[in-house]
Amino acid sequence: MATTAEGFDVHSDHSHDAHDHADHKPGFFARWFMSTNHKDIGTMYLIFAIIAGIIGGAISGIMRVELAEPGIQYLTWWAEFMGGGSDLNTALHMWNVFITAHGLIMVFFMVMPAMIGGFGNWFVPLMIGAPDMAFPRMNNVSFWLTVAGFFSLLFSLFVPGGSGPGAGTGWTVYAPLSTSGSVGPAVDFAIFSLHLAGAGSILGATNFITTIFNMRAPGMTLHKMPLFVWSVLVTAFLLLLALPVLAAAITMLLTDRNFGTTFFDPAGGGDPVLYQHLFWFFGHPEVYIMILPGFGMISQIVATFSRKPVFGYLGMAYAMVAIGVVGFIVWAHHMYTVGLDVNTKMYFTAATMVIAVPTGVKIFSWIATMWGGSVEFKSPMVWALGFIFLFTVGGVTGVVLANGGIDVNLHDTYYVVAHFHYVLSMGAVFSLFAGFYYWFPKMSGRMHSELLSHLHFWTFFIGVNVIFFPQHFLGMQGMPRRYPDYPDAFTFWHEISTYGYYIMAGSMVFFFVNIGYALVAGRKAGANPWGEGATTLEWTLPSPPPYHQFETLPVITDAHDYHDHRPATA
Amino acid sequence: MGQMHSRMKLATLAALAALMALFAPVSAIAQDGAAPAVTAAEAGQVDGAQTAPGAEALPGNIAPANADAAQTEGAYTPMAPTKGKGMPTDPRTGESGAMMKSLTFQDQYSVDGEYALWMHDWILLPVITFISLLVLGLLLYVVVRFNRGTNPVASKTTHNTMIEVVWTIVPVIILVIIAVPSITLLARQYEVPPEDAVTIKATGYQWYWGYTYPDHGEIEVVSNMLSDADAIANGEPAQLAVDNRMVVPAGVPLRIQTTAADVIHAFAVPSLWFKMDAVPGRLNEKILTIKEPGVYYGQCSELCGSRHAYMPIAVEALPPEQFAAWVRAQGGTMPGEEEAVIEAPAAEEAPAEQVAALTAR
Repeated sequence: MATTAEGFDVHSDHSHDAHDHADHKPGFFARWFMSTNHKDIGTMYLIFAIIAGIIGGAISGIMRVELAEPGIQYLTWWAEFMGGGSDLNTALHMWNVFITAHGLIMVFFMVMPAMIGGFGNWFVPLMIGAPDMAFPRMNNVSFWLTVAGFFSLLFSLFVPGGSGPGAGTGWTVYAPLSTSGSVGPAVDFAIFSLHLAGAGSILGATNFITTIFNMRAPGMTLHKMPLFVWSVLVTAFLLLLALPVLAAAITMLLTDRNFGTTFFDPAGGGDPVLYQHLFWFFGHPEVYIMILPGFGMISQIVATFSRKPVFGYLGMAYAMVAIGVVGFIVWAHHMYTVGLDVNTKMYFTAATMVIAVPTGVKIFSWIATMWGGSVEFKSPMVWALGFIFLFTVGGVTGVVLANGGIDVNLHDTYYVVAHFHYVLSMGAVFSLFAGFYYWFPKMSGRMHSELLSHLHFWTFFIGVNVIFFPQHFLGMQGMPRRYPDYPDAFTFWHEISTYGYYIMAGSMVFFFVNIGYALVAGRKAGANPWGEGATTLEWTLPSPPPYHQFETLPVITDAHDYHDHRPATA
Repeated sequence: MGQMHSRMKLATLAALAALMALFAPVSAIAQDGAAPAVTAAEAGQVDGAQTAPGAEALPGNIAPANADAAQTEGAYTPMAPTKGKGMPTDPRTGESGAMMKSLTFQDQYSVDGEYALWMHDWILLPVITFISLLVLGLLLYVVVRFNRGTNPVASKTTHNTMIEVVWTIVPVIILVIIAVPSITLLARQYEVPPEDAVTIKATGYQWYWGYTYPDHGEIEVVSNMLSDADAIANGEPAQLAVDNRMVVPAGVPLRIQTTAADVIHAFAVPSLWFKMDAVPGRLNEKILTIKEPGVYYGQCSELCGSRHAYMPIAVEALPPEQFAAWVRAQGGTMPGEEEAVIEAPAAEEAPAEQVAALTAR
């Protein structure tokens, strides 16, 4: 691989020694716009995800402030601001646009780019001892397709979408609301945004699968791979199998909308429920796509700061494989109220509960990894601990919802909102922050402030719990999802929930100040700032790693079992 | 009329008997829950001539009817809702128990709702609370016992087959324990309504509900949300009150059918543990038995466009006699009333076939 890369490097004649060559970077435009370097692309993905996260988080702020009390307070203003009319219908449409944009941005343009594009790109090649990804140019295409998708989604906010500007269909884009129910190009642009982001993800997935199967350092068998690499491998397969189904479903939406087909229109023999089956055949694996890389990061972090190898490595790896496999055969638990027959509902109830078993194995294995360890509460570790607890809370409400007969009363209520924010806004996002603080010194070469990181953790922890825990109460009392307005009885817990948002938003100040502080005045980070527990290959390289690494491939000897991924010489 | 009436009374009695049978062995979770209500269905099919002794006790069997309704044959006054029944509880009222009530499900007034609520409160909630606290406890123990200060040298343990088997098998056992009542609940929710169940077809429109009563003549109820001012003037909760309610008989099995005219809506009433999507081109059907008279509020529960939040549902359950009076006041007829020559079940066969053709089951 290194030989091939050298052949394309026109500047190689300027390099006088190996180290200079390894660190030689192209000019600004070539480096950032035509990038083929996995670390640069990873950095761009992370910056992109942070920007998208700010926008998606701001939208959730607009929504939480609106929900602080009953009635329509600010939506009319927003409708006018976005270029719509000032009537009530447009204001209410804006609400649906906000819920749609918040969902799509957070799923496709924040969590996925950060986990797979960002940390996956940065650390999969480093952890398996590869010089780069298998298809560096395709890697670049993946990133820019994602960016193009984001712009398509943002553009949709400013063109007509029914009662006002923007797509107001929810992130699920259910027909017929998204076909005959939404006139105007906004929904087309939103769908096209998913096409672009989906294509980018499929390319990225093939890239990861090829890289992991073909470019592991000599001696690194699959069973010696770090668990983060395992998690990205499983995720890549989920992406590869699930996204084409989404692409098909939303293409059928486009043709139903624009070319007179009736895939989802009963008037022409189609079926709106067919769309839901197709969407959730993608959508359920999608939720594991969002959490599996987080599982991988938490495994690395817990082992590092406990100074102890991961407990039950093989169980952990195959638990992720099991979650990935079972994740494909539980989709209809999102559709318990559409009118499934009783046997289907019984099957999906049973299959869904099965997922709790491998998930439980992972939770208990993380605790067992810490058990007997020498746990140090550095910033990544506190986020990992927060993750384990909050993901458990989100997981057990998932077991409640898995019961088709119970879900009848909870479906499409705030209980579901609370559940999936516990596993995503606290599961996926906590693992993202854990991973960020874990690898920030490696990526930037600077140490962040432990104090600010801990302040960030505690305020964020309190904030998100104050937002989402009361939403369980609202859901059980019957508060439906996707409502801009509600009966007076729900006011109290909505108000509390909005206070939680302020705490959470305030906590992000610590995060951004911390990044700024670290980049400007942070202590220089050594190759391995986390001590003897950090055993994976990225910690054998300087921080930040050279522009090209592993031109001589590290060799993992048989003496190294899967508890220690460093080469024999390290 | 007389024949139909006694038939309904019989069915009601049977349903009440089923209800009692249901609650007596509530601890026996493995019991086949479908059995009692099948009795109800069979009882409903018994020829109306076999009048059950003591059928006239029916109204007394039904729990407190609303006091101020003062309903007589032919005159219908919308029932005033009972505070805290069929609607969410506001924790800010300061009344004792209001805060606690706002933390959990609304009180349940349907047969299946009681069972589902029991399953949640006595199986699911204890299990998930225990698991969450167990994980929290283990984490806190690890934090205290195995930190860098108290345990400077980490062990190198990486496997323990026994414990790994245990933490795989124990969750499986817990899930099986959950699955038994869960499957029972599903079976109950999917019982086929008896032939003489009162059919109400709810149609979702952007953005209001329409209710028709296929067995009761030309009744069509169009149900729009009341303005906040009108709702409060009526003594009803704002955003839940409607101009025309879906009126049904209490204590007898109802066959609720849902469909939609434009986009997908969902017919949902939290205090009856009932939610069913209204999908264009489909006719969904499910049994519902409301235990006692009352007003039960719900809201559309599938995103259906800009006024999604403003198409509430209000179900008014009346004692069967008052329901019959309401039907007549709407210009409808009770089944068998006019065309006594035609057997009522035969008249129902055609729609039943339609349903079979239109739905998956």
